[in-house]
Amino acid sequence: MQRFSGFSLLRRGLSGHRDWQPQWRKAQPKAAYDAVIVGGGGHGLGAAYYLAKEHGLTNVAVLEKGWIGGGNTGRNTTIIRSNYLRDESAALYDHALKMWEGLSQDLNYNVMFSQRGVMMLAHTVHDVQVFKRHVHANRANGVDNEWLTPEEAQAVCPLLQTDDIRYPVRGAAFQRRGGTARHDAVAWGYARGADALGVDIIENCEVTDIRRDGRGAVQALETTRGLIQARKVGVCAAGNTSVILRMAGVRLPLESYPLQALVSEPVKPIFPCVVMSNTIHAYISQSDKGELVIGAGTDAYTSYTQRGGLHVSSHALEAICELFPMFRRMRMLRNWGGIVDVSPDRSPIIARTPVPGLYVNCGWGTGGFKATPGSAHLFAWTIAHDKPHPINAPFTIERFREGRLIDEAAAAAVAH
Amino acid sequence: MLLIECPYCGVRPELEFVYGGQAHVARPGSPAECSDEQWVEFLYLRENSKGIHAERWRHTHGCGRFFNALRDTTNDHFLATYRVGETPPPAALERAAGPRP
Repeated sequence: MQRFSGFSLLRRGLSGHRDWQPQWRKAQPKAAYDAVIVGGGGHGLGAAYYLAKEHGLTNVAVLEKGWIGGGNTGRNTTIIRSNYLRDESAALYDHALKMWEGLSQDLNYNVMFSQRGVMMLAHTVHDVQVFKRHVHANRANGVDNEWLTPEEAQAVCPLLQTDDIRYPVRGAAFQRRGGTARHDAVAWGYARGADALGVDIIENCEVTDIRRDGRGAVQALETTRGLIQARKVGVCAAGNTSVILRMAGVRLPLESYPLQALVSEPVKPIFPCVVMSNTIHAYISQSDKGELVIGAGTDAYTSYTQRGGLHVSSHALEAICELFPMFRRMRMLRNWGGIVDVSPDRSPIIARTPVPGLYVNCGWGTGGFKATPGSAHLFAWTIAHDKPHPINAPFTIERFREGRLIDEAAAAAVAH
Repeated sequence: MLLIECPYCGVRPELEFVYGGQAHVARPGSPAECSDEQWVEFLYLRENSKGIHAERWRHTHGCGRFFNALRDTTNDHFLATYRVGETPPPAALERAAGPRP
C-alpha cells in the first residue's frame, strides 16, 4: 500500500501525480473464505478491516452487489453525533465517536472528520423538556451535550432565524464533538486498509442464496459470480437485510423505507455547524465543496426504489427556508434516496442470528453513518469471538421477545 | 408523489392518504394465551417484501376509510386496491406473477 504523507504528496506532485497505484485490487472471488461480509458499505468494509487488523482473520471477502459505497454510505448527510438518550445507545454511539477522532490516522486516509458541532433545535415546550433530558442523560454518561438559549444558538449559527417564524426556536441542544465526515472517503479508506491486509473486495457480486449444512449452519453463499464457501457470514446490507436473511430462513423486525437527501449548488463557506430540527423535519450542513447538504424525512411507505416522493423533500426545504430565509433563492443541484432498515425501537441489531455462523448488523434506520467505525469494530469482534462485545450485547434480535427494547425514537433525526 | 385509487372515492394524490403498514396482520384472538414468540410475530415481525406487498392505506382526507392495496415495492406500482374484508383480486396477483410493468 502506498502510504499518504505530506512528503509523498509533494514527491508525486512533482511527477504530475501519475504514479499513484489503485487504492485496492479488483479481486476475483475465491472458492472459499474464512469469513465473508455481505455488503460493501462503510459498516461492511470496516468490519472486514477490523477482522483483519484486530482479529488476524485475513482470508476474508467483502461482497458488494453494486459498487462499494454506492448504497447508503454514499447517500447519507454525513452527520456524526453521539447524544443518544439511553445508556446502551450512548455507549454504542460514543464508542463510534471516539473512533472517528482517530480514524484518519488509523487508516492513513483523510476522512475529513470535522468536529464543527451538531445543534438540535427545540421548537416547542415538549422539545425543550426532551432535549434538556437528553443533555442531562448524556452528561451523566460522559457524553458532551449542552443546552443553548436561542441567543446562544444564534451566536453559534448566525444565519439561524429564531423568532418571527411559524415554530420559533426556543433553544437547542449542542454537541460540540459532533460534526461531519466525507462519506465516500470512509468507504474508500476502509476498502484501501482492508485490501492492504489481504481482504478481497468483490464488486458486482450479488448474493442470491445461502446454503446451510445438515445442522443448519452456514456453509456457502450462492452469488452472481459463483459459489463461495464460508463458515462465517456477516450481513451489513442495510435496506436489503430482510431479503438476505430470508435466504437463511431468518425473519427480522425490520421495515425498509426510502430516506431522501439533497444538495444545493456550491457556495462559499457560510454555514459553521450542523443544524437539525426533528419537529419541522430538516437538517442541514455545508460540505467542504460548498454544497448545502440537506436531509429530508422518510417516505410514509416501505419501498426498495431508492427514490422518494417530491413532497417529502420539498417539505424539508420549506423548513430550511423558514429557519434560514437567506437560502430561499438557492437552487438545489441533486436529490436522491436511500433505503433504510428501520427497527421497531429505532436502535440497531448487531448480533448473532439463530443460524450458526450467520451474523447481522442492521436496523440503523435513518442514522447509521455516524456509527460506522464503532459498528464495524463491534461487528468484527462479534464475528471473531462468536459472541457480542459488551457494548453491543444489548443490541440483540431477542430483545424484542424479552421486552428489552432500547427506545430511541426521540433521538432519531427524522419522523419515521 | 403516488396516485392511489381509493376503492370508494377513486384516484387521488398520495397526500390525501395515510399509510397503515402491512395488511392482513391478524390480531391474536386470546392475548392472554399468546406465547412470547406469538407476540413478537404480531407486534414486530413484518414481511418487508421486496416485490409484491399487501398493505393498508387510509383515505384520511377523503372518505376516511381504511382499504388494502397490492404494491410492488421495487417500483411503487399499485397492482390493485380492494376493500377491507376482501381478498386480493386474483387478476392482480396473476399480473404480479407475470412480467413487470
